[in-house]
Amino acid sequence: MATAANPWGTQAPATPPNNDWLINDSNSKVLHHFDWLNPFDGTLVPFDKWVEHALNWTVENFRGVFQAIRVPVDGTLSMLENFFQAIPPTVFIVLMALLAWQIAGKKLAFGTFASLVIIGLIGAWSEMMVTLSLVFTSVIFCMIIGLPLGIWIARSDRASSIIRPILDAMQTTPAFVYLVPVVMLFGIGNVPGVVVTIIFALPPLIRLTNLGIRQVPEDLIEVSQSFGASPWQMLFRVQLPVAMPTIMAGINQTLMLSLSMVVFASMIAVGGLGQMVLRGIGRLDMGLAAVGGLGIVLLAVVLDRMTQALGLREKVMHRQRIKWYKKGPIGLVYTITCKKEKK
Amino acid sequence: MRETIIEVKNIYKVFGDSPKKALALLKKGVDKDEIFRKTSQTIGINDASFEIYKGEIFVIMGLSGSGKSTMVRLMNRLIEPTSGQIYVDGDEITAMNQSSLRDVRREKISMVFQSFALMPHMNVIDNVAFGLELGGMKKSERYEKALNALEQVGLKDYSFSYPDELSGGMQQRVGLARALANDPRVLLMDEAFSALDPLIRAEMQDELLKLQAEHERTIIFISHDLDEAMKLGDRIAIMQGGVVVQIGTPDEILKNPANDYVRSFFRGVNVGGIMTARDIASLQQVTIIQKDGNGTLAALQTLHEHDREFGYIVDKKRKYLGVVSVDSLKAKPKRDSIDLAFIKEVEPVLETAYLNDLMGAVAKSPCAVPVVNEQGKYMGAISKAALLESLDYNWEEEE
Repeated sequence: MATAANPWGTQAPATPPNNDWLINDSNSKVLHHFDWLNPFDGTLVPFDKWVEHALNWTVENFRGVFQAIRVPVDGTLSMLENFFQAIPPTVFIVLMALLAWQIAGKKLAFGTFASLVIIGLIGAWSEMMVTLSLVFTSVIFCMIIGLPLGIWIARSDRASSIIRPILDAMQTTPAFVYLVPVVMLFGIGNVPGVVVTIIFALPPLIRLTNLGIRQVPEDLIEVSQSFGASPWQMLFRVQLPVAMPTIMAGINQTLMLSLSMVVFASMIAVGGLGQMVLRGIGRLDMGLAAVGGLGIVLLAVVLDRMTQALGLREKVMHRQRIKWYKKGPIGLVYTITCKKEKK
Repeated sequence: MRETIIEVKNIYKVFGDSPKKALALLKKGVDKDEIFRKTSQTIGINDASFEIYKGEIFVIMGLSGSGKSTMVRLMNRLIEPTSGQIYVDGDEITAMNQSSLRDVRREKISMVFQSFALMPHMNVIDNVAFGLELGGMKKSERYEKALNALEQVGLKDYSFSYPDELSGGMQQRVGLARALANDPRVLLMDEAFSALDPLIRAEMQDELLKLQAEHERTIIFISHDLDEAMKLGDRIAIMQGGVVVQIGTPDEILKNPANDYVRSFFRGVNVGGIMTARDIASLQQVTIIQKDGNGTLAALQTLHEHDREFGYIVDKKRKYLGVVSVDSLKAKPKRDSIDLAFIKEVEPVLETAYLNDLMGAVAKSPCAVPVVNEQGKYMGAISKAALLESLDYNWEEEE
């Protein structure tokens, strides 16, 4: 049968040909003729295999753990998503514009209003809401993880020396590299999308929290000690408040990085604006990709300006000595109601 | 003997990671630089022992790196000593656990810093109430105390400003109010006025003296400025390379400097604010003891004998009576009593008066100005030449 099927009519070799070149073990070959002058012809350390084994082992034995991690992420995400999808667009736009007015002023309020209306008009509203809930979820988890870690490494040099290389790795490893393991551990969908986003967006928050606390002037620390501050009082009354602008910058960075991760995350079936872009590229539908892209840019600008204003707001308030409830739309309501009471 | 409030006993402080080794060398008498070369440990404080009395302003003076800031931080244990004990109000602060140390810092000792070090995120009143807040005091109560402290430094109207809206002098007043708010027994002031310009600094020094007069506290004041130390200090400790080289009143140190380092501090110092009439009064003038029946003629004769123009008249107990001159005596009839010949424009000065305050009197007087003590006893006289010479005092030529 074998010979008959052979159209060339040649004799089949006595030994079966080595056809499994796909899994060809080049290591053994190289080890046989090791050349001192060209030691790196073959792979001497099978790092790839180790990683694969480790990953498989983790998937087999710890799948439960990773499924458990899903639960809080999934809960927060679906809650936010339901919330955002349930709000009528008109109400949402008005609320956001009012919020922008409150924390930054009328200029940003107008910008926010225009940006959101444009996103709605070009037909990316629902996708934006998905993206927004993804971004918010990842920022929430980044803060839950990042702030305590940042505080910890600010207080302990040893912790800092352990965690900083990990942060370097998180920031420099291309997202594609951990996309696959994350899918193997968490499956596909929005939850692993959030996990991937957290990995990418967490480091700046930790770094800037650490930096902010370490930059608190030494004399303020001395003052607190000399007036009898306990370590907790020092943290909450002095270090965190003084570091707050830097920490706010970290939160702003985390938010921006989360948004930029949205396109990558869509490769593992994460919905939202990123998926519009990815689908557009896949189908060479430049229109669809542009809609997604514009949506991301507008959303990014609005969120960036709003969080930045949040960081600056306190300082401005100090200077003008105006209470927050006497400014913006709330201030308007406040003055109106106060006038009525006086009448 | 006055009551001791802080006692420093054989305090050593070594900066570095193996202080024990350096300490052993130090106690063997090895030189500070030698120890640094061998162990790369820096000696901060080398065997300091002294006492600070209740209610005094104790100035610790020295150049940068002499260990004065370290010394003051040892007293509230912002810096841990390598060995030795410090007692504050009878309690050994160097042996306390963290929580009783916090209580002492909240209730007994406060500190004013050179850099003001106000919390930028708190307004003035919250800054002042900071120590009270750490102690867990209620808001209304601590605001009341803070307002009281702000009133003492004259900044009550700025309670709700933020520190960056205030000038340097005002910021340091807030720093002072913060330290006064919990009514401490001991006030540590680490170069508190050094960052202020000279006019504001003098103003703050007066303010501090005024506060001290109203309510006596024990103040430990760190300074590198001799004039400031002289002005404020009841006693001064001079530090050099971590060693306390001399402790004493400004006067004692000025007159008997322990070594060249101490002496070098006084180069160019304004002696007029430190030396008193007593220090330069000379007894070389002719004194005439007034006895009954001792008239102008006898006095005139005495002056001729000594070839002097002026004579200083005292009674048998050397109580000062007046000054006569050859001219004033000749102008009177021979048998008149001496006191009619006294020169009216010459007024005696008190022996405790500072030289700065004598210049007018000495310049106007025709003769050397007589100096008397509280009881009116004649202590000598100060001539124009003697005053000028003493103001040009060159401390290095002494010895």
